[in-house]
Amino acid sequence: MLDTAAHNRLPAAPGVGYKPQHFAQITADPGRVKWLEIHAENYMGDGGRPLAQLRHLSERFAISVHGVGLSIGGEDPLDADHLARLKHLVGWLNPASFSEHLAWSTHDSHFYNDLLPLPYTVASLQRICDHIDELQDTIGRRMLLENPSSYLVFAESTWSEPEFLAEISRRTGCGLLLDVNNVFVSATNLDFSPQGYIDAFPLDKVGEVHLGGHDEDEDDHGHPLLIDSHGRAVVDPVWALLDYTLAKSGSRPVLIEWDNDVPDWPVLEAEAARAATALERIPA
Amino acid sequence: MSVKQAEFTRAMMDAGQPVPDGLIDHQARPAGRRFSVYRNNVAVSLTEAMHSAFPVIAKLLGKQNMDGLAGIYLRRHPPSSPLMMFYGEQFPAFLEGMEQLRHLGYLGDVARLELALRRAYHAADADPIAPEALGALPPDQLMCTRLALAPAVQVLRSPWPVYAIWRYNTEDGAPRPPAVSQDVLVTRLEFDPIPQVLPSAGADWIRALMAGATIGEALEQAAAADETFDLGATLALLLQSGAITGLDIKG
Repeated sequence: MLDTAAHNRLPAAPGVGYKPQHFAQITADPGRVKWLEIHAENYMGDGGRPLAQLRHLSERFAISVHGVGLSIGGEDPLDADHLARLKHLVGWLNPASFSEHLAWSTHDSHFYNDLLPLPYTVASLQRICDHIDELQDTIGRRMLLENPSSYLVFAESTWSEPEFLAEISRRTGCGLLLDVNNVFVSATNLDFSPQGYIDAFPLDKVGEVHLGGHDEDEDDHGHPLLIDSHGRAVVDPVWALLDYTLAKSGSRPVLIEWDNDVPDWPVLEAEAARAATALERIPA
Repeated sequence: MSVKQAEFTRAMMDAGQPVPDGLIDHQARPAGRRFSVYRNNVAVSLTEAMHSAFPVIAKLLGKQNMDGLAGIYLRRHPPSSPLMMFYGEQFPAFLEGMEQLRHLGYLGDVARLELALRRAYHAADADPIAPEALGALPPDQLMCTRLALAPAVQVLRSPWPVYAIWRYNTEDGAPRPPAVSQDVLVTRLEFDPIPQVLPSAGADWIRALMAGATIGEALEQAAAADETFDLGATLALLLQSGAITGLDIKG
């Protein structure tokens, strides 16, 4: 296990999703960036540059491991091989945090490389809680579960999303990762109040906040349809929703996600600096 | 009206299938275009993964053709694990099976080379031996020695000038590929995978070593394939590439 004791929790400060093209600049001068998030699946090779860079970064920064492939909401049992890989990565890196998504991505042994939506029902609740219990038992730590971006509704759903997440947290003991952009995207797409969602959200369980950019489209009826693309800057209404959230929750680790059309480092660092400013307005 | 993930997946991967009934918008109208977000996300993300996994194939075919082939491939062979770094294992055989690509017979081996380079990039780290360690051995002992090779080391045999085609499409000013067959050695020095052309029968020799033969036993197999096999040159190639990580000296 790496000695990461100095970085055993995420600071209530800005972090960014780590991209290898930024390695030299991050190690030379991270600016306002205080911690980094990696996608677990990109560090599951046996060796080489990715793991060497991660080892190096972990000496200097708190690292959040963010899984995008476990398929916690899948109808099938969790992939035992993938659980073992997560256990190995978390055991080796000893990161400050591990998080995954309220979504599924694998069915019948095929992985679809996207976060697919779930109905919020008694049956799906039980399945998701069982999977989270299994994961937390396997990696020997509490995880954070992230709220999704929604484009549609399941007619069969009987729970609201904040209630559903609160119940999962209550049953499994997991913390929550609140993606404020996802709230804004879902609220726009499904015509609900994003502030109302935040008001209903169990903010005391939130261990990390995500921010990212989205694309704009429309549905068959000309209704706005925002798409969570992580391919551009965070828009002003999402920054305002961050302010609203932090004013209620208190300071939290805040991450900028920018995964597609990744900008040069100064652009990403400027987003982190804006998050730092938002955090400075919040009493510690 | 429960939407099963099997039904969701079927409709997501085949736009000819209807959107499942239980998926609606916030006014209980059919989800329609909203469902297409998932169809699009999956196709675009896997197509992009194919482009970044096989940049030389994409360059040889052009973006439009690559997009079209990736669209067929991702439906025929969706990823079997969340490790996207290894996606595309069946792509070489898939390319070779496409009737309309028959005239580009080398595509499969170029794709195999790109796969090998990617595997080498993610292979376990291993410290190479010092070249002197081999040089110090008397010839009879050398012949009885087994070599441990780094996990990144791979050998690709090809009837095509596969290395020259790869180089021509990745390096400015590289020479035009000659009409020869090329066997390629893939190694990794520190972090960067390196492809190199193997001398005649070099692939036979290294594959025999990988199967556990001594240097001498492997030499017999290589000489049987080509009596002009140059042991010294091939051994030097392995040493210079940091490919040898251990010696097992008998007697």
